[in-house]
Amino acid sequence: MDPSRKRKVRLVVALTAAVLLATALIYTSFSASTEASKPSEIKPGRSYELTGKVVNGSIRHDGDDLRFRVRDRDGTASVPVSYTGVVPDPFRDGREVIVSGELEHGTFVAERDSLVTKCPSKFTKDEQSS
Amino acid sequence: MAGVGSACLFIALLTALYAIAASVYGARSGRREWVTSGRRAIYCVAGLCVIAFGVLESAFLRSDFSFALVAEGSSIETPTFYKVTALWATQDGSLLLWVTLLSLFSTTVLFLTRRSLRDIAPWATAVLGGVAAFFLLLMIGWENPFDTLATPPADGVGLNPLLRHPAMMIHPPMLYTGYVGFSVPFAFAIGALVARRPGADWIRATRRFALIAWIFLGTGIMLGALWSYTELGWGGYWAWDPVENASLMPWLVGTAFLHSIMVQEKRGMLKVWNASLICATFTLALLGTFLVRSGILDSIHAFGASTIGVQFLVFIGLVIALSAGLIISRLPLLRSEAKLDSLLSREAFFLLNNLVLVGLCLVIMWGTFFPLISEAITGTKASVGPPWFDRLVTPLALVLVLLTGIGPVLAWRRFTPAALWRVLAVPVAATATALVLLLAFTDAADSWTSLLMFCLVAFVLTVVSQELWRGTAARRTMTGESWPRALARLTGRNRRRYGGYLVHAGIAVLFLGVAASSAFVDQRDVRLSPGESFDVNGYRVTYREPTAKLGGDSGGTGAPISFGAVLDVRKGGKHYVLRPSRNYYSTADPSLGTISRLFEGEATSEVDVRWGLTRNFWMAIRPDIGSLDKPIREADAKFANASGDVQALIVAALAERYRRDPPPAAFRAISSPFVVWIWIGGGIVVLGGLVAAWPSPEARLRRVRSLYSARVGQELSRA
Repeated sequence: MDPSRKRKVRLVVALTAAVLLATALIYTSFSASTEASKPSEIKPGRSYELTGKVVNGSIRHDGDDLRFRVRDRDGTASVPVSYTGVVPDPFRDGREVIVSGELEHGTFVAERDSLVTKCPSKFTKDEQSS
Repeated sequence: MAGVGSACLFIALLTALYAIAASVYGARSGRREWVTSGRRAIYCVAGLCVIAFGVLESAFLRSDFSFALVAEGSSIETPTFYKVTALWATQDGSLLLWVTLLSLFSTTVLFLTRRSLRDIAPWATAVLGGVAAFFLLLMIGWENPFDTLATPPADGVGLNPLLRHPAMMIHPPMLYTGYVGFSVPFAFAIGALVARRPGADWIRATRRFALIAWIFLGTGIMLGALWSYTELGWGGYWAWDPVENASLMPWLVGTAFLHSIMVQEKRGMLKVWNASLICATFTLALLGTFLVRSGILDSIHAFGASTIGVQFLVFIGLVIALSAGLIISRLPLLRSEAKLDSLLSREAFFLLNNLVLVGLCLVIMWGTFFPLISEAITGTKASVGPPWFDRLVTPLALVLVLLTGIGPVLAWRRFTPAALWRVLAVPVAATATALVLLLAFTDAADSWTSLLMFCLVAFVLTVVSQELWRGTAARRTMTGESWPRALARLTGRNRRRYGGYLVHAGIAVLFLGVAASSAFVDQRDVRLSPGESFDVNGYRVTYREPTAKLGGDSGGTGAPISFGAVLDVRKGGKHYVLRPSRNYYSTADPSLGTISRLFEGEATSEVDVRWGLTRNFWMAIRPDIGSLDKPIREADAKFANASGDVQALIVAALAERYRRDPPPAAFRAISSPFVVWIWIGGGIVVLGGLVAAWPSPEARLRRVRSLYSARVGQELSRA
């Protein structure tokens, strides 16, 4: 094989590999992703990543279950959440949380250990004013 | 004092701008005195930044709450160690740390190259000055760490308890040093492109800086993982969090850069690729700094909503445009001096390793920014979780470890399969033996990816040992030295090579830990009352008694109250005691009663880990203090204006009550094999990196000679 043809073959092989990887990347990420939604947006029948703020005074322990309400970041619509598993240290009233799960009979039933609490910044000005 | 700090920053900004102007003018006009002046201006910037840093640090140590930053991030009660480190737990302070480190690095590299690289150095000075100016401008314009409060509070808010962990306080400076360090090779790469000197000079001058930056960044990542494992209370060390990913991406591309520059040094190839890699590394480092501050991605680590996101994006855009424009306009100069002779050559495998590393980086980048991508395409913010990352990263990581083993033994230019077999026969035999042993005596086959990884680790470790053994044996026959002496001399004479081998061995050990601990972990979450037991992975854990401690928690973080448990762990004849606890910090929330305030602040898990070479036993507790709610509220009502002493008595009574009548507590136990090897491997990597970065005696001699010849040249031109 002459060198220029060899180079072309290599280029084609490399490009094909790159395109394959990119396709796999795009396909798997769109199929494996969960939508992040506000409490006012979720409907039963599919899984969501619920984001919002913990409603003040709504946290209750019920055996191994943790129950609380999450409201829109900038609104009052809220949904009750039932959760089991590890509770992150910064979790408390008013914190922003992300939790995955599904709406069942009006309650957001969360997947085990899926609760993430956003650190309220490392205590910057913005946090205290909000 | 705050005025002094602000003034320092302002003068530093002017000086940095002057450094840019002077070096550019000097380089274009060929007037060396301007170049020298520009370089010295950078030294001045460093001096001013160090003064500003000192002013702020002393304010933290003196607990001077007229500094807004000190009032927010520190308090009188904060232990001294955390007062020192609270500086970089704040956004403004971390920017100051960034620019201080940058100016110190710039000064070091410009001082070392003051008599060489005459064409490139002035432009590099201008780039470094530009980066420093950007960060100084950010602080002066938007995030001044020297903002003062008109009415200083009596006490500060205190450092976020989650950050009160030794690893957490060393981790940010390590990461920053890594990020900042990559700006040096970046600046010299840009300088080389502008000056049309695309040879390997800039690489030789800054290779060591890239390596040191890489070591620091790696150490920072390892410490972050350690913090996650021992402080966050969930028991994992890596969660594919955007901020973790942001530090891993420049490290991966930096690793690719460190490999591919060898090809340029030896063969004069891959020039465009190398220039692109270092520009990408620096851009990713900026991106890492930016991601923590922007709040555009949901992450538990992020700083709160920030005011400087747009500025960062503009700057990153500028860096990308400048780098891409320069590389494209210099394409004809960057042509390779040699061609790839064969796919069976070290060059080809370096290229392959580069593609895998960059591919890994792209995968991680796609996943990290997926919420933004999906919002742009479908209109809804969706994200991918750790399983997605695991699925895509695992195969690439396996290939990477395989290359870690093959790469070092290949010859440059071309090798024959027969020659390859001669070097790889023993490692392949060792790998096969490992496979048989694993299948026969362990249940490693339960996870085929882990099994594959174990075999590859065996392969890499045998390759490295074989190389060390062969080299040492050869040296012994020549010199008749003893084994240890021959090994030490061999490494000392070829630091880059043997340091590299050590790094490869460390990476293999690290992946051994990752593969074993992720596939064979046993975890249980239970709720127990004192006296009850549960089993996990053959361990019998018994909740012996509750503990309640006032002040002086085991970690020395200054927590006022901490509830915990004493647990007996038994397996076979082994017995040990674990004491996990949970610290409660007070809050200044005025809506709460005096006693509630002491309990309602942040709370952090203080996990207890029994470290072992083969297995770690990890325990965390979440006490239920709900039973104390009523007495706390009663105390709030009765002792609204109680003095500190009375409060202490009340808290002591509450603690006593908890100890006497403990409600069931939630526990999490994790038994994970070989997890300690992640950090041992990381340590070996750092050690290997240091060996490779340490100047060898020959190199020192060469430098002295080149300095001498430069001086002779100077004298001759003057005569």
